[in-house]
Amino acid sequence: MSEPISALKMAGFDGLARVEDCGLQGMITLRGDLSARAVKSAVTAATGLTGPKQPGPLQIVSGKSGSAAWMSPDEMLLLCPYGETGSVLAAMQEKLAKVHALAVDVSDARVQLQVAGPSAREVMAKLCPLDLSPENFQPGTIRRTRMAQIPAALWMVDEATFRVICFRSVADYAFNLLKTAAHPESGVGYF
Amino acid sequence: MSTRIASHGRLIDRNTTVSFTFNGKSFIGHAGDTLASALMANDQMMIGRSFKYHRPRGLVASGAEEPNALVGLGTGSRFEPNQRATTTELFDGLSARSQNHWPSLEHDIGAINSLFARFLPAGFYYKTFMYPRSFWKSVYEPFIRQSAGLGQVPTERDADTYEHFYAFTDVLVIGGGVAGLQAALTAGRAGAKVLLMEQSAHWGGRAPVDGGTIDGAPVEEFVEQAVSELEAMPNVTLRNRCMGAGIYDHGYALGYERLTDHGPAQPGPRHRLWRIRAKQIVTATGAIERPLAFAGNDVPGVMLASAMRDYVVNYGVTPGQRVIVATNNDDAYRTAITLHEAGVQVLRILDARNSGGGPLMSVARELGIRIDCGRAIGKVKGGKRVTGVSVCAQEGQGGALEDVACDAVAMSGGWSPVVHLWSHCGGKLTWDDAHAMFRPDPQRPPTGADGLGYVTAAGAANGALALDAVLEDATVAASAAARAAGFKSKSVAPPQGAASPEAPLEPVWLMPRQAETPLRMKSWLDYQNDVKVSDVQLAAREGYESVEHTKRYTTLGMATDQGKLSNINGLATLADALQAEIPQVGTTTFRPPYTPISMGAIAGEARGEVFQPIRKTPMHDWHEAHGAEWEPVGHWRRPYAYRRPGESTHDAVMREVKNTREAVGMLDASTLGKILVKGPDAGRFLDMMYTNMMSTLKPGKCRYGLMCSENGFLIDDGVVARIDDDTWLCHTTTGGADRIHAHMEEWLQTEWWDWQVYTANLTEQYAQIAVVGPMARTVLETLGGMDLSKESLGFMEWRDGALGGIPVRVYRISFSGELSYEIAVPASLGQALWDKIADVGAAYRIMPYGTECLHILRAEKGFIMIGDETDGTVIPQDLGLHWAISKKKEDFLGKRAQERSHMTDPDRWKLVGLETTDGSTLPDGAYAVAEGVNPNGQRNVQGRVTSTYHSPTLGRGIAMGLVLHGPDRMGELLEFPGTDGKTYTAKITDPVFYDKDGEKQNV
Amino acid sequence: MLILRCPYCGVDADETELAPGGEAHLKRFGPGSGDDDFHDYLFTRENPRGVHFERWRHAHGCGKWFHAARATDTLQVFGTYPAQTSEPPKEVLALIRAARPGWSWREFA
Repeated sequence: MSEPISALKMAGFDGLARVEDCGLQGMITLRGDLSARAVKSAVTAATGLTGPKQPGPLQIVSGKSGSAAWMSPDEMLLLCPYGETGSVLAAMQEKLAKVHALAVDVSDARVQLQVAGPSAREVMAKLCPLDLSPENFQPGTIRRTRMAQIPAALWMVDEATFRVICFRSVADYAFNLLKTAAHPESGVGYF
Repeated sequence: MSTRIASHGRLIDRNTTVSFTFNGKSFIGHAGDTLASALMANDQMMIGRSFKYHRPRGLVASGAEEPNALVGLGTGSRFEPNQRATTTELFDGLSARSQNHWPSLEHDIGAINSLFARFLPAGFYYKTFMYPRSFWKSVYEPFIRQSAGLGQVPTERDADTYEHFYAFTDVLVIGGGVAGLQAALTAGRAGAKVLLMEQSAHWGGRAPVDGGTIDGAPVEEFVEQAVSELEAMPNVTLRNRCMGAGIYDHGYALGYERLTDHGPAQPGPRHRLWRIRAKQIVTATGAIERPLAFAGNDVPGVMLASAMRDYVVNYGVTPGQRVIVATNNDDAYRTAITLHEAGVQVLRILDARNSGGGPLMSVARELGIRIDCGRAIGKVKGGKRVTGVSVCAQEGQGGALEDVACDAVAMSGGWSPVVHLWSHCGGKLTWDDAHAMFRPDPQRPPTGADGLGYVTAAGAANGALALDAVLEDATVAASAAARAAGFKSKSVAPPQGAASPEAPLEPVWLMPRQAETPLRMKSWLDYQNDVKVSDVQLAAREGYESVEHTKRYTTLGMATDQGKLSNINGLATLADALQAEIPQVGTTTFRPPYTPISMGAIAGEARGEVFQPIRKTPMHDWHEAHGAEWEPVGHWRRPYAYRRPGESTHDAVMREVKNTREAVGMLDASTLGKILVKGPDAGRFLDMMYTNMMSTLKPGKCRYGLMCSENGFLIDDGVVARIDDDTWLCHTTTGGADRIHAHMEEWLQTEWWDWQVYTANLTEQYAQIAVVGPMARTVLETLGGMDLSKESLGFMEWRDGALGGIPVRVYRISFSGELSYEIAVPASLGQALWDKIADVGAAYRIMPYGTECLHILRAEKGFIMIGDETDGTVIPQDLGLHWAISKKKEDFLGKRAQERSHMTDPDRWKLVGLETTDGSTLPDGAYAVAEGVNPNGQRNVQGRVTSTYHSPTLGRGIAMGLVLHGPDRMGELLEFPGTDGKTYTAKITDPVFYDKDGEKQNV
Repeated sequence: MLILRCPYCGVDADETELAPGGEAHLKRFGPGSGDDDFHDYLFTRENPRGVHFERWRHAHGCGKWFHAARATDTLQVFGTYPAQTSEPPKEVLALIRAARPGWSWREFA
């Protein structure tokens, strides 16, 4: 049996922050009317999050079996263990059978990176046109934005740790970019 | 001579010596020196040659406004031209070279231009280098290139690194003088998040040099206290060596931080470009002293009075021992007094004002300095160094009243607020008659998204020149800025500044006022671009009334200093020549950056491996390891061909084509776009997007489709597969994936927003492998897992299944005319499947092939390629693709446009095949010539080559092209002149060259 | 380097997150339309110095198209609103009228 491999093969780098490949991550794009009951129960099926706990604009919330991130008014990104993507998707399709919605596996289209350390905010602020100061950006917020020359989505899992999702084809670029921004001698001291 | 003096020098550490070289010669300076002050300490007053006339030039200023003292700094991979000596902090081992001379600074051949100065006036390029036309290439251009230009381009790759940083703040304060410090304190105390930037290494600006007291204490004490209070505030960030470079729309500003220029051995990035979003910006950028326009005002040793004072006070150096001061205002008296205190002899103060100045004049007089009122400098004597001046009456024509020997001249024409940053994004100016200066008009600031001003000028930058006024103005400005950013400041009285009161200045735009022509021809306005009073007057005589036109005609203010010293004097001269008021003539446009910033800072991290994103397929590394020669396709890298040892690229391509036609090949097709379209209205939607009917496609089937833009032109093509009742998967070209996905979303969101359709771009979810050739089915059957027989999976059908234990979706489609399968597999398993196919395929002679082979295979079959046969002006009808344009549909994007008269014109060039009569390969892009010439004398044309290859299958050149009435002219011969001088003759044929009946894929 | 608030996600988006899409509120003319109408639909634009209605896409964000009412001369933004409309919202028009008496833009003023 052939084993799936992540684009970065678990690469890592230590500098102002530790940059590393998070490995394979199950990801499902869900498009639909996010207020519709069937769509909400599909999200519940995937993440364990009941309706009221599901994310609103710019939020990412974790449930028992996975996380849900608000991507746009009619789109969510659901995170689950890579190996369970198929069964989660099947459970969702069941809930969505009667409504107009689209749920599709995008796990292999992406790469997930982690940037961790006290200077993680600074590393990200070299690349993204966002206010990443602690007053403005906290765990629980997710932003799709531009990271240097590529699209990216980023959020914080704790006060010193970012997760970044980019397209798989630019995994090397994204990793090298973060490595460059995390150069040990390039601290800014702004936050 | 210029030298270090025993007193003063607040910024230098006399106990630390620093060695450096200038033009290869070793010198010693002190820690804290600038390159400029260290050169002055070593009696090196001449630092460069001027741009046009190669006149000797020395320091004029002490800061960012310096026009003359530009040097090439560093060596090798750290060489950089045009660095201002005045803003270059000295460090051990610094190496600088002067510019614009040959063979040496002292003896320069180009200085001969100076003798011909009268023949090189403003606009001489336009007048001189016109005829004969043939002289341009061989005579004029080489001459101009030889004599023009500043500095030299570095020859090596920059060894340093750079970066960007995105910062958000409530109040950005630009300038760390007393105004900026007071503004930062005010906004910071109000609770606003403040970012304070200072371009130099020192806080306090020039106030500590100018003297006076704040709250009864020396200015330096205020500066020290302010900095320590600001440093203690958690909501305030201070950055020195960080210049506010530009202000842009909606509170965007650039800061240019020079991290290691003052000590290149330090690790880390050299420059950091701060990309700032500020709610409010306070520009506390100070003011710049204006030179006076008198003959010989460019001779080394003639300096701005304030700069001379800076050199004495800050660095303990003086440009001379016997100095003459020329002024139209009181401030220059401070220089005279400072020089006197430092033991330098001040021979005269020539005050152009008949009534002289105020209390400062009395102080100077009490010190025993001779003051002549109503007097002016008629002419400065000396070549590489000031040797004396002739004194005349300001109101006269320049007749000498006396000659005085001296070795330096301090000049002051008044002060101009640094309004650059205020003006960058539209802030308007008002003319202040009393001070003869433009200052920001508070009624017309740059406006932000809310329609209100977001920039406030403070202190000298706002025209408040006196110390008490500076502090008060900065407090008011920062309170207003903080309030506008949402923070209320407690009203605290500003610290009390006290400095000597000053008598009003009298504007002096030419010295003496009636200076005769020979003097005006030596009176410089723009040092760096060698523009003189006579040039601007000439421009006015020749009809240049607009200041913007005069600027371009004379090049006034167009050098790297952007006219910091010359603009106001230049436009005053123009106003005078036009007999207009200065505010009517107006200023030229102030554009960012304030001073030049490095290309590296602009590029930021984007160099080397992160210069730009390279998109890689899951099999990228395998290709690399198997000899792939890369072809960039958008940001993707695709294998062009796989070269084997000893093979040329051409050989490899020929082998790949032959092998695929005869046995089997495999292609990494992962880059093709894959867009999922789902919903009750998906069929209807795709019928609008494609020229063909997609709604009637049956699940399990595929159809080739064309997409046009609303104005009818072909923009993309690809195979559409219907997945189930309400789901389609649309394949796009490699370059089209993101564009077409965006195109679909645009129409769904902005035109048919009530249609129930969702799209998802799945391009990168799947690796896609094409297995192509007579043995394709055998290879896949050997791998096992699916029935891929003709009966089970017909042409233009797809099935889900597994191959070799890997889940796949197999499309039986062909872009080559061969039996062909495209296999989609989750990207993380792409390499695994590729390996398996290569393994089992080996027995059947499977070989990977690249994009060039793909192109030849499709061209042999007459298949078009987006970007080759199309160029944004081609419609499907031009390409004979009528069969793919539905006649049944009422509407699709491009349908109406294709009915426009130009689109239905029978004279549009149409697609045909082209076969050279001798079997050679037509040059790509070559035009078919027709009889006669067009009105420009060029040959008429009747067609062009769109694709051309050597076909190993047919053993000859094949091509496609667009030809006038082409399909009606089968068999006719066309002539294609090549750029190689040869003319190629080709016969018009059907574009399908190989297997016209499609037997090969029908197995 | 504008900042425009995306009406979908509420983000004050830096211009580098956005993609411009030209003039807003165009009425599509398709098959059956006259040559002049179709020509104007494809090519004729207001291009004003002053108030303008523009299309933007939050391309590096939520991916949604929105409209912006913006003055091209002062860069004032009167409002942003979702693209699923054929005319500007009344409150945006009111703001513009108040700020710029006598302005004009196609049939909306």
